[in-house]
Amino acid sequence: MKKKQQGGPVAVIECWENIPCNPCEQSCPHGAIQVGWPITNLPRLEESLCRGCGQCIAQCPGQAIFLVDKSYKEELAVVAFPYEYLPLPEAGAVVTAVNRFGEELSSAKVLRVDNRRSFKATPVIYLEVPKQFADEVRSLR
Amino acid sequence: MNRVDNHPILGKAEPKNKVTIYVDNNPLEAFEGESIAAALLALNMRVCRLTPKRQEPRGIFCGIGQCTDCVMEVNGIPNVRTCITPVRDGMRINTQVGLGKWQNDKET
Amino acid sequence: MIKKHEMVVIGGGPAGLGAAIEAARLGVEVLLVDENLKPGGQLFKQIHKFFGSTDHLAGVRGFEIGKRLLEEAQEAGVKVLLNTKAWGVFGEGVIGLEKDGQSLSIQGQRVLIATGASENALAFPGSTLPGVITAGAAQTMVNIHRVLPGKRILMVGSGNVGLIVSYQLLQAGASIVGIVEMQPNITGYKVHAGKIMRAGVPIYLSHTIKKARGNREVEEAVIAKVGEGLGSGCEAETELAVDTICLAVGLTPSVELALMCGCSWRYEACLGGVVPRHGRNMATSVPWLYVAGDAAGVEEASVALDEGRLAGISIAESLNYLSPASSKIKKEELWHRLNSLRGGPFGEKRYYAKEKLLIS
Repeated sequence: MKKKQQGGPVAVIECWENIPCNPCEQSCPHGAIQVGWPITNLPRLEESLCRGCGQCIAQCPGQAIFLVDKSYKEELAVVAFPYEYLPLPEAGAVVTAVNRFGEELSSAKVLRVDNRRSFKATPVIYLEVPKQFADEVRSLR
Repeated sequence: MNRVDNHPILGKAEPKNKVTIYVDNNPLEAFEGESIAAALLALNMRVCRLTPKRQEPRGIFCGIGQCTDCVMEVNGIPNVRTCITPVRDGMRINTQVGLGKWQNDKET
Repeated sequence: MIKKHEMVVIGGGPAGLGAAIEAARLGVEVLLVDENLKPGGQLFKQIHKFFGSTDHLAGVRGFEIGKRLLEEAQEAGVKVLLNTKAWGVFGEGVIGLEKDGQSLSIQGQRVLIATGASENALAFPGSTLPGVITAGAAQTMVNIHRVLPGKRILMVGSGNVGLIVSYQLLQAGASIVGIVEMQPNITGYKVHAGKIMRAGVPIYLSHTIKKARGNREVEEAVIAKVGEGLGSGCEAETELAVDTICLAVGLTPSVELALMCGCSWRYEACLGGVVPRHGRNMATSVPWLYVAGDAAGVEEASVALDEGRLAGISIAESLNYLSPASSKIKKEELWHRLNSLRGGPFGEKRYYAKEKLLIS
């Protein structure tokens, strides 16, 4: 896999079980995600093609795709994830960032809540988190 | 309080007509058309009947009319599956004891 | 005089609707019978986005698929008889029905059994207390009736049903106190488990429910670690304050109607138990009788829909509404799709079990 040179947000796919599923492939407007045939193939991300648009996050039925931007600021990274709960936080709110096990990591600022119609009720939340937690933060509380 | 008025996927609950049901003769509020079992659950009432031999409580189990654990006496008819029977205004719903009683049993 | 129909479908879930739509589009006169007040089977309580390929409407939520199917059935001219229970199927496709306390008989030149499956129960001390319910019941209450079945819930079973329903209960505002799984590993998809774990729900692996306590309703669950090896007993009990215990411990195909027609069957544990044997066209060993969906082996809604479509096409062909050549093309496409859903480590067991069922 080619490493992304210019920095910026990039998708992180946490799908490891050869499930028969491929909407991520078609969700990517830049052709960066490949599943192919059979559809139980694991999705492969071509990082050099990923523009970090986040389309795939809401389209993945398993909610297994995230976006991480480690080049955001000196000390801060951005992590984006799907969040199908109420209440939906608003941009600017300070929330608790949690890891894959729901454990508290730090407080974090909500940068953006993307709840566009085409996401079909799966809002995507962009959180500003301390850079050391960029690979750990996966949801909020 | 048990009602899910707002939901992240389904949105706000559609407004429904409020009706009065009589559960063991107590007038209570329910929504027209919802299942009796749902109406009772929303009222925190989970015991539908008492078993014939040991008088043990039973409530809903499968929720889709297959198991018959949630049967009650409805408008004088015993063994009505409350999970698939819609609420109507003025409905009389009684906790069923054992095999229950037909209303006209009393007259005969 | 018994009213005759070209095709009668029993059960209006994804399999029955898929079959009815395909056959009616090809010109078959179809009557669909369902015991509920609304067709759709269990689709309308599925509020999550489905897996699969885009051919299977992956990424679309179950209830949205349900809406589309109802529209398609109406457009195709499928006649629907609701609130009607099929209580028996007899020789020559005669079906006994009950509606509003009245009994009536109809006859189908072809009969499709698409009766789905029922959820398994689990017996333990206290398992009959009000508050012990199936995962499907919880899902019906919360997603159809919009009523929470409880505030503090224990889920038994970490298969996809247990994981998905736990997630949906969280979405509706309940608290999932934990998920109990007797196996040493999560048995459903890890991505489903991931959603729940991110919400901080503990998953108790190698644990089982030992008892439910409560005066008139569930007030507490006792779970216990299971020892290594079968029959080695339980260790280390944990008491959990819960008001509801949901059982997600598998499903059993609803095959009563199919079996009373005398069709041949086979026991396949990974398909849920006794399943009617059928061919690649979903026909059973009884010439006019077809099966599809969970009644032909418990899988998932997307599979049921495509099996139903297969049955609909086969029935249309058998009634000369479709040439064998065009039927073959349509069926091959559907088998291609079905095989894609039966691939990978989760699907291939079902694939092999289905192969063993097949009547050549």
